[in-house]
Amino acid sequence: MKDNPFSLWVYLSQSPLLWLTVTLLVYATTDAVSLATRRHPLANPVLHAMWIIGVFLLLTGTSYTTYFAGAQFVHFLLGPATVALAVPLYENRKRVVSSIVPMLVALVAGSVTAVVSVVLLAELAGLPRDVVLSLAPKSVTAGVAMGIAESLHANPSLAAVAVILTGIMGAIIVTPLMNRTGVTDYRARGFAAGLAAHGIGTARAFQVDEIAGVFSGIAMSLNALVTSFLVPLAVTLLVR
Amino acid sequence: MLASLGLILLCQLIGEAVVRGLGLPLPGPVLGLLLLLVLLLARDRFALLARGPLRNDGVETASKGLLAHLSLLFVPAGVGVVQELDLLASHGIAIILVLALSVVVTLLATVLTFRLVSRLLKQQDAR
Repeated sequence: MKDNPFSLWVYLSQSPLLWLTVTLLVYATTDAVSLATRRHPLANPVLHAMWIIGVFLLLTGTSYTTYFAGAQFVHFLLGPATVALAVPLYENRKRVVSSIVPMLVALVAGSVTAVVSVVLLAELAGLPRDVVLSLAPKSVTAGVAMGIAESLHANPSLAAVAVILTGIMGAIIVTPLMNRTGVTDYRARGFAAGLAAHGIGTARAFQVDEIAGVFSGIAMSLNALVTSFLVPLAVTLLVR
Repeated sequence: MLASLGLILLCQLIGEAVVRGLGLPLPGPVLGLLLLLVLLLARDRFALLARGPLRNDGVETASKGLLAHLSLLFVPAGVGVVQELDLLASHGIAIILVLALSVVVTLLATVLTFRLVSRLLKQQDAR
């Protein structure tokens, strides 16, 4: 190893250990910065971890497949974390049950707006059909959106990128936007965050307020359901 | 702790199996969430169930641990953006503008509907 330090890099860069470590350390750093700025929306830890790791991969000429071999252990936890949302939901069940009507109406209004607005805007911008279809499910969590894109014969990996970009933009914009609307009801604010920006919005909502986080988690789960039905319908009606 | 994580995974596993088996159009983990919720509610009703991870806040603590770092879990998928750089170079600005406008409109539509409906209900209750 001593005569060729490069061979050590070749070995490590192919091992899952390196990329798992990089993911955790970069995120720990961006999260610490976010905390130091008292959770300023622009210090979004996902956004900064994403580009820092992305640049690192490009500079070292590492493929995403190699990176993902390590990062998949983190990615895998998305499923269990979704199940875990049952706990805050259970602990706040009284507040949730008492808001069931506004929740369901807002769910329908929000899901329809999310899908219809993105399809119409994308058509207006003259994006290719395949891109329009991949953007349509952008408000639901990555796994579900990829499934929807697949069933429409669109591009699942573009759908995943659209989901993450939407989540990050939603998480950045939600606090200043809601402050401007003057809505102080954290149930409504959280519900909107989870519906429009799925898990990244929910992560943001938990940073701001526990109740907002709970309602955000519910919105994210319910929207995954509604959007699965809505996207195929909207695409038939709206996409030429 | 281990039993609690096991219970969470078991809920997800059953969720995935049922969704696949019945061809349901919903994600397996969402069904797993409903299952865990039903288990927690059932535990309060039937003392028999209050054992293992369903006792002494076992599954509650494990779940909160997972949720404390929810943002981290999106990083690997987010880094996937490096695979779409060509597309972003040709259509990136349009895509980002479309997504940004749509997310703002969606946030506003949802929050305002929620507020409107809960106000209407309050007025009704007041009468």
